Amino acid sequence: MPLLQLDGVSKKFGQVVVAQEITFELEEGAALGIIGPNGAGKTTLFAMISGDVKPDAGEITFDGQNLGHLSQAARARLGIGRTYQIPRPFEHMTVFENALLAAQQGARTRGQASYALAYDALVRTGLADLANTSAGTLPLLHRKRLELARALATRPRVLLLDEIAGGLTDPEVNELTVIIRSFSAEGIAVVWIEHVVRALLSTVDRLLCLSSGAIIADGDPSDVMASEAVRSIYLGGRVINEALNQ
Amino acid sequence: MSDVLLDVKNLTVHHGQLRAVDDVSFEVHQGEVLTMVGANGAGKSTLLRTIAGLHRQTSGTIAFNGTDLGKLAPQRRVRLGISLVPEGRRLFESLTLEENLKVGAHRNTKGAFTIERIYELFDWMPARRRQRAWQFSGGEQQAIAIGRALVANPQLLLLDELSLGLAPIVIERIYALIPDIVAHGVGILLVEQDVALGVGVANRVHCLLEGTTSLVGAPAELTPQQIERAYFGSDVRHAAPSSEGTS
Repeated sequence: MPLLQLDGVSKKFGQVVVAQEITFELEEGAALGIIGPNGAGKTTLFAMISGDVKPDAGEITFDGQNLGHLSQAARARLGIGRTYQIPRPFEHMTVFENALLAAQQGARTRGQASYALAYDALVRTGLADLANTSAGTLPLLHRKRLELARALATRPRVLLLDEIAGGLTDPEVNELTVIIRSFSAEGIAVVWIEHVVRALLSTVDRLLCLSSGAIIADGDPSDVMASEAVRSIYLGGRVINEALNQ
Repeated sequence: MSDVLLDVKNLTVHHGQLRAVDDVSFEVHQGEVLTMVGANGAGKSTLLRTIAGLHRQTSGTIAFNGTDLGKLAPQRRVRLGISLVPEGRRLFESLTLEENLKVGAHRNTKGAFTIERIYELFDWMPARRRQRAWQFSGGEQQAIAIGRALVANPQLLLLDELSLGLAPIVIERIYALIPDIVAHGVGILLVEQDVALGVGVANRVHCLLEGTTSLVGAPAELTPQQIERAYFGSDVRHAAPSSEGTS
């Protein structure tokens, strides 16, 4: 049984179609990349899985359970973790307290178990040394790491990453992809929306392209990259040339 | 070399206790692209914001067209011809797409960029011009912010994280515009997280490391190794296990 299943999921914002009968499955431990033009509905897709936005039609199933009427919090406790494009940690709390909240509320742990889970998430994302720093003072790279740590501390079975590499320099992106690969290596399924295509290709084993809310390509990353439709509406020439030169 | 547009001398800027920019000097000439390269936290955005007047410097001077900007307010600097595309989509959320562009164009400066030109560039805009800014996706908002700065037809364009959140094909289209913009004599100070992209379009590159200048030169004179060293402050190769470099 697949871990996550979307069946005919549709959504409109006014006249703008952001999801048109989206259907796909995700297996346990898979690493799926999502690309698409601006406004294609990528972030909205995540919002429908995490429960932030309600679809107009269709069904989303996680581990055999229909998510239909479940709140965001309930979905997080089932194992759906999510990061956001613009990180918004609890700025007046420390880095550790941010992770601790996720461990308590998301993974439903208490006492020693919460501390251990939160600390482990900080170690995994390279933030252990900053545990007592106020989250509001972190520069961008560390805010992105904290997004990952908070999601990780909820003990997710699937992790939805929304442009986690955006705004980072190439070496910083490399640091993050190392962390993300370690997640999928231990069985956490990863779905990653990203415009930094180089980073995606080094990590995912399947690539899906959305345009105007519809899936226009889904499969092996190199096949999707080679697709004429993907190339003309999303990639352009430069990224293709870089990919070929790798 | 052509005329000096922006002349930054011995600039030091603090963020509270932290010395974010430390004794940095450089010039931007008319019709030139200067790309600032450096890790997050190196002081690039602070530098741009200080030139735009959003931060006060601790010491040093910033002169524009030969005049010291002193403590001039940000809006006065816009009138002189300095436009900033800020990091992170700072649109007027309650205004429509078109109203946001009109805010940028309110000075009615003659130049290459009109609202119509922006609509040609981003062909999805005309149909949605009456939607409020908050209704757009992250990347769409970034495109609107770029359009808003361009329609002011500035002499100096400060671009912070130009490609952030944009689809590759859109980035390509925007970068293709840069030669056209500088051909009109506009100077561009560019901060770009994608080093290959930023260096590719630059006449000169200025690397910042923890607030200080670590390397300056024309792209043709610099090797990838030099730039990498200027990034990290050492010869240590980056520990990326993948086969790809920073291309």
